[in-house]
Amino acid sequence: MAGLAAVLGSGAMTNSISELEQAACIFVIGSNTMAAHPIVGRRIIRAVRKGARLIVADPRETMLSKRADVWLRHQPGTDVALLNAMARVIVEEKLFDASFVEKRCKGFDDLRAVLLDQDLSQGEQITGVPVDDIVEAARTYATISPATIIYAMGITQHSRGTDNVMAVANLALLTGQIGKPSTGVNPLRGQNNVQGACDMGALPDVFPGYQKVDDPKVRKKFEKIWGRKLSGSPGLTLTEIFEAALEDKIKALYIMGENPVLTEADVTSTEEAISHLDFFVVQDLFLTETAKLADVVLPAASFAEKDGTFTNTERRVQRVSKAIEPLGNSRPDWMIIRDIAQQMGAEGFDVNSPEQIMEEIRDVVPSYRGITYKRIDNGGLQWPCPDMDHPGTPFLHKKSFGTPDGLGKLTPVVYIPSAETTSHEYPLILTTGRSVFHYHSTLSRKVAGLNVLGGGEYVEINPEDAALLEIGEGEKVKVASRRGTIWAKAHISKITPPGVVSMTFHYAETKTNVLTHAALDPVAKIPELKVCAVKIEREIDFSKDLVRWGAGRRA
Amino acid sequence: MTKPISLIINGLPVQAPQGATILEAAQGAGIFIPTLCHCPDISSAGVCRLCLVKIARKKKLHPACHTPVPEGMEVITDDPEITRVRQVTLELILTDHDFNCLFCPKSGTCRLQQLVNQVGFDEDRFARLKRVAKDLPVDTSNPFFDFNPNKCIQCGICVRTCDEIAGVNALDMAYRGYDLKVSTFGDKPLKESVCVSCGECVERCPTAALVRKRIEHPTREVRTICAYCGVGCGLYLGVRGDTVVKARGDPANPVSRGELCVRGRFGYRFIHSLSRLEGPLVRAYDRIERVDSSGGRGKDGEPVTRPLVKQEGRFVEISWDQAINYVASTLSHYKGDQFAAMSSAKCTNEENYLFQKFVRTVMGTNNIDHCARL
Repeated sequence: MAGLAAVLGSGAMTNSISELEQAACIFVIGSNTMAAHPIVGRRIIRAVRKGARLIVADPRETMLSKRADVWLRHQPGTDVALLNAMARVIVEEKLFDASFVEKRCKGFDDLRAVLLDQDLSQGEQITGVPVDDIVEAARTYATISPATIIYAMGITQHSRGTDNVMAVANLALLTGQIGKPSTGVNPLRGQNNVQGACDMGALPDVFPGYQKVDDPKVRKKFEKIWGRKLSGSPGLTLTEIFEAALEDKIKALYIMGENPVLTEADVTSTEEAISHLDFFVVQDLFLTETAKLADVVLPAASFAEKDGTFTNTERRVQRVSKAIEPLGNSRPDWMIIRDIAQQMGAEGFDVNSPEQIMEEIRDVVPSYRGITYKRIDNGGLQWPCPDMDHPGTPFLHKKSFGTPDGLGKLTPVVYIPSAETTSHEYPLILTTGRSVFHYHSTLSRKVAGLNVLGGGEYVEINPEDAALLEIGEGEKVKVASRRGTIWAKAHISKITPPGVVSMTFHYAETKTNVLTHAALDPVAKIPELKVCAVKIEREIDFSKDLVRWGAGRRA
Repeated sequence: MTKPISLIINGLPVQAPQGATILEAAQGAGIFIPTLCHCPDISSAGVCRLCLVKIARKKKLHPACHTPVPEGMEVITDDPEITRVRQVTLELILTDHDFNCLFCPKSGTCRLQQLVNQVGFDEDRFARLKRVAKDLPVDTSNPFFDFNPNKCIQCGICVRTCDEIAGVNALDMAYRGYDLKVSTFGDKPLKESVCVSCGECVERCPTAALVRKRIEHPTREVRTICAYCGVGCGLYLGVRGDTVVKARGDPANPVSRGELCVRGRFGYRFIHSLSRLEGPLVRAYDRIERVDSSGGRGKDGEPVTRPLVKQEGRFVEISWDQAINYVASTLSHYKGDQFAAMSSAKCTNEENYLFQKFVRTVMGTNNIDHCARL
């Protein structure tokens, strides 16, 4: 997000989901769309059925890679090398949109110098993708219009995630495949309301509407509206908060609706950080793994029990309606926050309905100004929607980019290997993914049927590696990284290439994030969840397995 | 805009858009043509032969769902001959159908049942044709829906849905002749197939061949947005009493256009999960009474309890007043940059706004983030 915001002026999806079906070329990188965002995946498949070309870059085989015209199976963590190689082809073969680059972008010469510095064969060496495939993908993307790029956590969850995003944006800017329908750079947001949480300023460096906290003018404005002196120093990011807690700099923590004990990278140190806290409040639907560590747990109401709005990945603000009264003794989150704030004597929390809060949001966030509950009752509105007559914005950057000078920034990025590489002791790369049957860590695990379908954690391993390690299908294996060890069943399949294993992180029983590496992207502060080095060993639990074998013999 | 086509259906002048089929033209004009295998958002296959109609100056009967209308076409959708043909077709479909309509979960919404009423059949002829229901095994492997081949009429809607809507291709027609049936690859149970359980086929099945497990019909529906991923599909939550019993896609939603995935359609059940929290909990340290004794207002300047040493305490349920009081009075000692908060990408915009406002104005710090990065 930070990467995209720096080069385009906005970190959101540039185009709309419904435009996908009209695209003539779709480039999907780092997104298992059919599993994580099935409805978007279906649109992609429908476009392909209509004749669109599909390029998929993913180390794992996915439902989309099977349908792709070109499948670039690069090594995890080599995205920049792959994207740069494609950009090099586009520049070298003069496939870029010269007039677009001249009129609407800057930094082309620097980029060209960096791109031409690296040989295509070097790209093949790093990524493991044949030069011919890279060339074909680049030509397809550059010459067929409208072409769109879709990416997700496979791009961002790396120690060089921001570089990855910039490399993606470079492709779109070079070819002018942006600012038109069915084009653009489209990060698929994970959670239902990540976009909204960002828009609302649930970020350490910005007030609502991405207004910088360290800008004195902005701060003055908010101080006037909220009637309180505000801090001008950007706060800590999620991962930094835990680091600070470890150093006893953070003493009290209040978590609303998150389960970092399962989802943070390197969860062992997360748990330790929590144990250092003086006071820890968790507000959630369930007694999650995180809530179990809290001093106070406040029961919140689910989405079916409250009114409000969610903003989806295509910036569409949509209405959430209360279907039933809050269950048991739970309360909607907004009500709990309001009560605590009022109890602490704060002013400006005198709200009695989410609609009232929305009215305040409209005053504060310019891109939400034209959004009222009444207007979004039928189908929602896509921000920016600056006034009551504005119909919403299906795609961004039509005339100019959101950067200060209105120009798209072509940013040279250089391939830097992942923070953790394989070694003799840890010879395999672990990459994490998602199952279609689960979501993140909590909700779907409370649905019995979804647990039947997505029954438990598997570590996917290529037959070549399995043979080498003498592992059989379904066998319980020990997966260890430099940070921890977990046990899971092995699933032998060609879904992952040799040298790479893959797991999800949905299961509290098998905390995959014990293994992952908390190396942070220097700008976006996203941990490297997609690459870490592991070893896998056969695990015979003598206490249990031998007894069972003995029983078998008796029978 | 292209010019609409004029045609005549049953003597009535009718207008239809370019490229429309007879069925679409008739439906647009409010004229009913019986059909079992047609579904508006997928391609038509013309396999049920119930929509056969007469076209002036043409010999045979034509399937309305598969025949495009040219300018000036004259169509007859109902006369004794057409009805007779439809009745025979329907009787043939019914010969080995598993009749237990009274106990069938689809009763009342079954399209086959409706057409039996609408088209009618000849009882004598049907008695002669009637065979014993096939008594094939019901596939109950999927936790959300069953496949009962004895109720299947081989319309192929599920097969086309899985291909065109879901893009999964888990189903196809297998075997030949009388043994023809809908099957997964290798005739395996659904759970072991590539099926992703999105339930789009269940939504479209005209009979009870593909049907949800444990059906409870809602008494009212509320339109909302799915709470799982960032796509933001439109959802109707069906409520019975004070319980959410069903979720279905919202056809008017511009993002999802009525479609849902397995999480959206069946994942709502977490709402009523037995592990939902009952009330506010506080960890009992040695002196829990101090939480209770504050009696409404906590003394300013002194934490109600001071968790100095972390020890293995058990959770104790307290009232909301106590909980709010406890949190508020304790937090007042941690203002500034020693406090941090994590908001939630699962919560609404309003809640996120209010929470960051609380952190910034009341707690006086910018230490707020959420899981956008995970």
